[in-house]
Amino acid sequence: MTPPQVKRSGLLLSAGAQRRQRVACMLGRGFLFAVASVSAVAVLFIFVYIVRDAVPFFSWERLREFFTSTRWYPSGSPPEFGALAIIYGSAMVTVGAVVVAVPLGIAAAVCLSDVLPFGARQIVKPVIEILAAIPSVAYGFFALVVFAPLLQEHGGRVLAVMVWLLGLPLTALAVLVLSDMLARLLGRHGQKGPQGVFAAMLGCLFIGVLIWLSRRAAAMHIDSGTNALNVALILGIMALPTVVSVSEDALQAAGRELREGSYALGATRAETLLNVIVPAASGGISAAVILGFMRAIGETMVVWMASGNAAQLPQPLYNFFMPVRTLTATIAGDMGEADHVTGSARYHVLFVMALVLLLISFACNSVSEWIIWRRRKRLGV
Amino acid sequence: MKRYVVSGTMAALLALPQIVGAGETKLVLDGSTTVGPLAKAFAEYFMQQNPGVKISVSESGSGNGAKSLLNGTCDIATMSRAMKPEEVAAAATKGVNVVAHVVAVDALPVLVHPSNPVENLTMQQLKDIYLGTITNWKEVGGPNLRIVKISRDTNSGTYECFEELVMNKEKMANDVEYVGSNGAVRQRVMSTRGAIGYAGLAFVDRKVKALKINGVAPCAVTARNKTYPIARPLYMYTNGEPKKGSTLERFIHLYKTKKGHELVEEIGFVPVE
Repeated sequence: MTPPQVKRSGLLLSAGAQRRQRVACMLGRGFLFAVASVSAVAVLFIFVYIVRDAVPFFSWERLREFFTSTRWYPSGSPPEFGALAIIYGSAMVTVGAVVVAVPLGIAAAVCLSDVLPFGARQIVKPVIEILAAIPSVAYGFFALVVFAPLLQEHGGRVLAVMVWLLGLPLTALAVLVLSDMLARLLGRHGQKGPQGVFAAMLGCLFIGVLIWLSRRAAAMHIDSGTNALNVALILGIMALPTVVSVSEDALQAAGRELREGSYALGATRAETLLNVIVPAASGGISAAVILGFMRAIGETMVVWMASGNAAQLPQPLYNFFMPVRTLTATIAGDMGEADHVTGSARYHVLFVMALVLLLISFACNSVSEWIIWRRRKRLGV
Repeated sequence: MKRYVVSGTMAALLALPQIVGAGETKLVLDGSTTVGPLAKAFAEYFMQQNPGVKISVSESGSGNGAKSLLNGTCDIATMSRAMKPEEVAAAATKGVNVVAHVVAVDALPVLVHPSNPVENLTMQQLKDIYLGTITNWKEVGGPNLRIVKISRDTNSGTYECFEELVMNKEKMANDVEYVGSNGAVRQRVMSTRGAIGYAGLAFVDRKVKALKINGVAPCAVTARNKTYPIARPLYMYTNGEPKKGSTLERFIHLYKTKKGHELVEEIGFVPVE
């Protein structure tokens, strides 16, 4: 009699099938690893090639001239490669862009996540994200053809409008806060009459200051519309969608429980936002600020077309009405003449500029990572 | 199965233009934004006369045009300056034999805003303006306005010509604004009251005003007889002498024909024999 066959469970694999399974698994993982590492390797290669072509420029006198001299004459005889004014120009327009984008962006994100009703949010968020889809050359074209002549012909009026646009919300905020504080000081807190009087007085005072400021602004005359102010404003608008998106994600990630807990303890919406939600989302908000900064410093088309490209330090240093030159525009503008064979120092100095930009990006990334790491450590996550 | 059919059809559609286009002759031109309008006019006329020839014209600057010719990415390099000795030497090391063809003569008019009452500048005054010694229009007989100096970027043959003929290789002031093309110079000057700039003859129209230099106004006659001080020849460079009867040779020699002269004059340059 034949022994009864052992019933094979359909779930067990034969030895051959198991081996094949393991090989297929390894191949699949290897393939995915290779694909994923292509991007890391590409970044590494970019870094290596930039360093390789920047190093021939390095010599003590040349580097000292690069970082301390403001005379940029690559085609002169003898050529001078002083990039201080160019680095300052990059820094200036980036700081301007960040000053425009960050307050607006964080305020917009707070508004989107906590203040606007859901229906309005569904409309406003895609509109802000469309700003990110506009090509930068369109922004540059607008800055050169529309905004620059506007600043030249009606510079005073544009500046006066800006004073009012910025001043009115700040005034409203300041009047409310200060009248409250004054009433508390004088012991008449909660009484509508006296508090209203304080608010009216403060309001008149601030509006008076605004009127004086706007008169001063309207009297200004801008010689050249392609200047640092033009570029800083446009770069700020370009960086805005980035800041808004990332900040809003960070604010949403703070979670409903945090908000409900705060409201349950009796806090008003303003108190919840300022004291609970924004600090909880501070890591994401700093990441958003750094992303906006990196967007602004790396932008080429807008600055090439609309910054004036004058390699000079503005007089005085905070004068945004003078044309400036940035690192990115210099690389784009000088690339054609700086041929690999025909002009060596001129070619390598552009790579030194690219290296400076790369190092700034790495530094920003590292700062961003450090902020997130420090927050995690503090929260014990 | 359906997936394969769809992707197969897409691949075939993408390959179609390559198969269809294989029978045409192609000419690629790259280089100066000054010679660009002339190259485009020639190309349009030539393509009309010779269907089956495709000519593409890019304007990335004389320097970039020379680079393209050396790298073999263009057939003709249009340049508004002569090739530098270093560029010729680099070409020799790459086995490229550069041959120059002078297709027209251009004058560099100095442009100001139409509302500017100044009519004439001497070469020395022009040089002093760009050096930064003269900073206000009232010093040369104009209104009390700061002079906004516009220059072409250093990629450009127009810039090199100005640097050589006007600045005598001296360095411009560091508040000079640089723009990327002749069209951009014209755009800046026509919208800025205190602006001064230089471009090609082709870019002078009613929206900007061309100054007289040393009493001579820029135009075809004065450019040809060298009385206008800032004048230069316009080049087309090829790799080697073009073969007799080839499309390239017929295109290059357009500038000698009667129709070519007409096109050159229409653009505003001065025809040559």
